[in-house]
Amino acid sequence: MRDFSYLRATSADDAQKAALQAGAVLLAGGTTLLDLAKCGVTEPETVVDITHLSSLDGIAVDEGGATIGALARMSEVADHREIKAAFPAVSESLSLAASAQLRNMATMGGNLLQRTRCSYFREPGVFAACNKRNPGSGCSAIGGVTRNHAILGTSDACIATYPGDLAVALVAFDATVEIGSRRVPVDDFFLLPGNTPDRETVLEKGDIITAISIPASAAARNSTYLKVRDRQSYEFAAASAAVGLEFEADGRTVRDIRVALGGVATKPWRARAVEQALVGKALDAETVEKASSLAMEGAVSQGGNHYKIELAPRVITRAIEQLGLKVGGLA
Amino acid sequence: MTIMPPRKHGDASDGVVGGRQTRFEGSLKVTGAATYALEYPVENVAHAVLVQSTIPAGRVLNVNAETARAAPGVLLVLTPEDDLGFTVASDWGGNRPENQPYYPLPRHVQFNGQPIVAIVAENREQAFEAAKLVSITYEEAPHVASLDDPNAGEGKLMGNLVFNWGDAEAALAAAPVQIEGTYSTPREYHVAMEPHGLTVKWDGDQITVWEPSQWSHGMARTYSEWFDIPYENVRLISPFIGGGFGSKGAALAHGAVAAFAARKLGRPVKLALTRPQNFTNYGGRAATRQTIRLGATEDGILQAIVHRGASETSTYADWPEQTGAATPILYKVENFSSEHRVVPVNTVTPGALRGPGKNPSSFGIESAMEELAYKLGMDPLELRLKNYADHDYQSGKPWSTRRLREALTEGAEAFGWSRRSHAPRSMRDGRTLIGWGIGCGTFPVLQAPSEALIRVLANGRVEVVSGAIDMGQGTYTVLAQTAAEVFGIPVDQVEVHLGDSRLPGSAIAGGSMLAGSILGAVHKAATAARDELIGLALNDENSPLRDTGANTLTFSEGRIAVPRGEGPSLSLPELMAALGRDEIETRRNTLPDGASAQEHHQAWTTMAKVQGPTMGEYSMHSWCAHFAEVRVDEDFGTVRVSRIVSAFDCGRLYNPRMVESQWRGGIIMGIGQALLEEGLVDMRNGRTVNNNMGDYLVPTNADVPDIQVISVGVPDYGASALGGKGVGEVGIVGVAPAIANAVFHATGKRVRDLPITLEKLI
Ligand SMILES: Cc1cc2nc3c(=O)[nH]c(=O)nc-3n(C[C@H](O)[C@H](O)[C@H](O)COP(=O)(O)OP(=O)(O)OC[C@H]3O[C@@H](n4cnc5c(N)ncnc54)[C@H](O)[C@@H]3O)c2cc1C
Ligand code: SF4
Repeated sequence: MRDFSYLRATSADDAQKAALQAGAVLLAGGTTLLDLAKCGVTEPETVVDITHLSSLDGIAVDEGGATIGALARMSEVADHREIKAAFPAVSESLSLAASAQLRNMATMGGNLLQRTRCSYFREPGVFAACNKRNPGSGCSAIGGVTRNHAILGTSDACIATYPGDLAVALVAFDATVEIGSRRVPVDDFFLLPGNTPDRETVLEKGDIITAISIPASAAARNSTYLKVRDRQSYEFAAASAAVGLEFEADGRTVRDIRVALGGVATKPWRARAVEQALVGKALDAETVEKASSLAMEGAVSQGGNHYKIELAPRVITRAIEQLGLKVGGLA
Repeated sequence: MTIMPPRKHGDASDGVVGGRQTRFEGSLKVTGAATYALEYPVENVAHAVLVQSTIPAGRVLNVNAETARAAPGVLLVLTPEDDLGFTVASDWGGNRPENQPYYPLPRHVQFNGQPIVAIVAENREQAFEAAKLVSITYEEAPHVASLDDPNAGEGKLMGNLVFNWGDAEAALAAAPVQIEGTYSTPREYHVAMEPHGLTVKWDGDQITVWEPSQWSHGMARTYSEWFDIPYENVRLISPFIGGGFGSKGAALAHGAVAAFAARKLGRPVKLALTRPQNFTNYGGRAATRQTIRLGATEDGILQAIVHRGASETSTYADWPEQTGAATPILYKVENFSSEHRVVPVNTVTPGALRGPGKNPSSFGIESAMEELAYKLGMDPLELRLKNYADHDYQSGKPWSTRRLREALTEGAEAFGWSRRSHAPRSMRDGRTLIGWGIGCGTFPVLQAPSEALIRVLANGRVEVVSGAIDMGQGTYTVLAQTAAEVFGIPVDQVEVHLGDSRLPGSAIAGGSMLAGSILGAVHKAATAARDELIGLALNDENSPLRDTGANTLTFSEGRIAVPRGEGPSLSLPELMAALGRDEIETRRNTLPDGASAQEHHQAWTTMAKVQGPTMGEYSMHSWCAHFAEVRVDEDFGTVRVSRIVSAFDCGRLYNPRMVESQWRGGIIMGIGQALLEEGLVDMRNGRTVNNNMGDYLVPTNADVPDIQVISVGVPDYGASALGGKGVGEVGIVGVAPAIANAVFHATGKRVRDLPITLEKLI
């Protein structure tokens, strides 16, 4: 790690100005930033600490939805009573992520911007080729160890998985990212790698995420986040699903369903084909299973990650079943 | 977790030794007062970092380090151009080739991650930045990435690992029931909490090395040989170590480099390996593969075992991870054949990792035995008991003690094995499949000499002094207990000084041999000191005990008195004061009387005096039987271990609390080995890509189930002076097959290659 200067921002304007300088990066919880600086992926010249900005850490929930400040800590949001009631999938996605220590440090804004766990991305001294780090240099992962790489949304330039959990729950419930006065739906906030895997979000230099807002919905209220992995805790998802479900008055027919996938795609992945196949249907095991498999349209296996093609639909199926059983809509 | 009440026969709670004394140095550790190697405040220290090869094989053509040399803070750059002047040091056995040069920064690249260049700077960050400026050009050579590489070949047969008796092939061919399976284990790493690293300081031709060590004397010897200085000139200090698991028994290339740099610069140098470097600068457990064929009668009597195993090694040294180590001794078998090969690949030379050899060996034979049990339609417990080895069929010798039968039956009882239903997939809880499995383990009793010094001070405190190591296994605690027992004083009146090569010699903290060895020496020295005290107390003219007419004295509850008598009783400080003595010091060892100075040196600094398990009249081993319950989510392929009961025969337990903690630690590591741990090698360049603790997974607390440990051992005075057998290594041996067998019982799927990750079950 090389020398860098440290600047504590006292106002949002301040922070933005500082962040516009060449080589400047924002510091929130620091759990991603420090990690990437240690492995040589990020080499900041100036670190702009935004954790002292007031008014960015609030959590407000009302009938219309929730607005969560970018500096709210993962653990605070996970344990927030009203968030738990109105958006169980969001709360669960946070409490199933990382470790207690990290959740106490890490912020919501930083969480969205965590970067891939692709081993090749993280070892620049050994693997020079990485289009995400160094555009045009190639991709070391393709043809290498790909157990954790993506099957959806990949390109010839990059197959790195978006590793986060929270954003998966957010994309399911049409949350938006607030960047000052700008509001961008989470689905649009994250970009597919295409030929420019170095560009992961729509953020421009100097942009600061100020808040995340999530509209209330019946589906969000009856939602869950299911995360599957080899280790019981402290591991990224092999595959995960955020699912929300609302039935018609008959208690059987699906009025609204939200499905998003984590651990398998290059960005938080909304599985609209699955949703469309189920809206208006009465749920039974076969229908759910068939619909879940639609999520894998366009999936590309790299060999080592082939199992995800089997696994991901099963995770969706189980999550829907769990919710369906809970509200009695699934026989 | 369940703590079993102390048992009569196993823990021999017949005094202070055998008691459940809590960790002697525990408060130092939890308050942060225990100083670890890299934490010693050394003034004016410079910082070294390593630049490693990024190719698996070839030659360094050129190192361009000009910009690095000019970078801020840089003091020294060492490259393969520099002649560090080392010759190869002795191996474990003390054998040293003559004048064979040793290049810790070699020109010839043998694995990806080999240290090539070292940079020393004022601070570590500067050194790292300068390291990025070094460019190395190579001439690449073809490489073999791993045991699975198509070019790996079948390797070299290890002549000393060929064992045959009876006629195994013929007996197998004639056996009515046969099974065959190929079992493999991946590259596994120690991932001790405390990474490797050291601080070195020269004073003239005296060197002090602060380095985590499982063997202060052995490592000091290596440094002395590298620098061609007398052994006495080296002081290696390692009072606390944050886990070793076999990785901290030898001085390594980075140690040579740091020590060289410190001498060259004339100032202390610190070198702390990064976590990824802890995957390349020393070897973990080699990947293994073994094929086992078993033949049995229809009622399950083993007729033959044929075993063919291989493990990977480096291209420059043969390190066999002996897949046939447990195979010959677990069961009664009249016809046996085993061979082990090593397959050179481009890796750092593998090393010892908890339960070396026995561990992968047990995975093979214990998986195979269950495969046989299912083929026979027989309860795997019954099959094991039916083929119980009444003696060691390999050496022909009787067991010293072997309570594996009790381990199996008492373990089964505590686990509730009789409630098992035999058929795979027959036990479930809703959608979760439940399975039960057994795995037996063993580890040989290794005996080694040790030396210890006891000092009784005027204030009545007793000091135990030894260069032995405590890496968490409880050396401090059991030595304090031993001295306390001999002098009849409370444990807190004892001080224990360990982990310094200048202190009396000791066996390595490895191979489960330390406790049995060092306890013997401490007991001997303490008894000698007590005898000296008795002699003085009965004869010194100023002693109040002089005219009691007694010919011995008792030491009990802090008082020294005449046996059964009235008469005076004194505390230790009172007696010391009466005798006018400042201290009484005794130094004793467990070498044969009259051993020469050279034999002493050899005993502490090499393994030459280590006795194997069958070198005497008996065959001596620790034994265990693990019973595992798993819950498998069949849709996801995820396995959770929900319960483990393990019964151990480790002879007498000097401190059941420490021992249980070691057993549990071994079992937890075994869970990791069964389900999570695997070095993932990129076949294109031989690099282990998951070289960090985010990607190389070991169990978290959430992965640790209820573990019940039971001692079924009896004191084994053939194995050690005080009756204990080894406890540290055996705990992990047999855990992985118990879990793999439980997974089969749950799912009907036999996974023969570890770890059992979810993609193998969906
Ligand atoms: C070992 C480990 C395991 C983990 N496991 C999981 C897991 O299982 N699931 C999971 O979801 N996550 C996991 N994480 C990731 C963790 O959740 C993120 O590191 C954390 O959420 C990042 O938040 P932070 O506040 O610390 O971000 P920082 O490190 O402070 O910032 C991250 C990035 O975001 C930028 N940034 C921060 N705030 C803003 C803002 N308001 N506006 C604009 N830019 C901003 C920073 O400049 C930086 O580039 C794990 C992390 C580690 C280290
Ligand atoms: S997958 Fe993406 S992040 Fe990984 S090496 Fe390829 S380009 Fe880089």
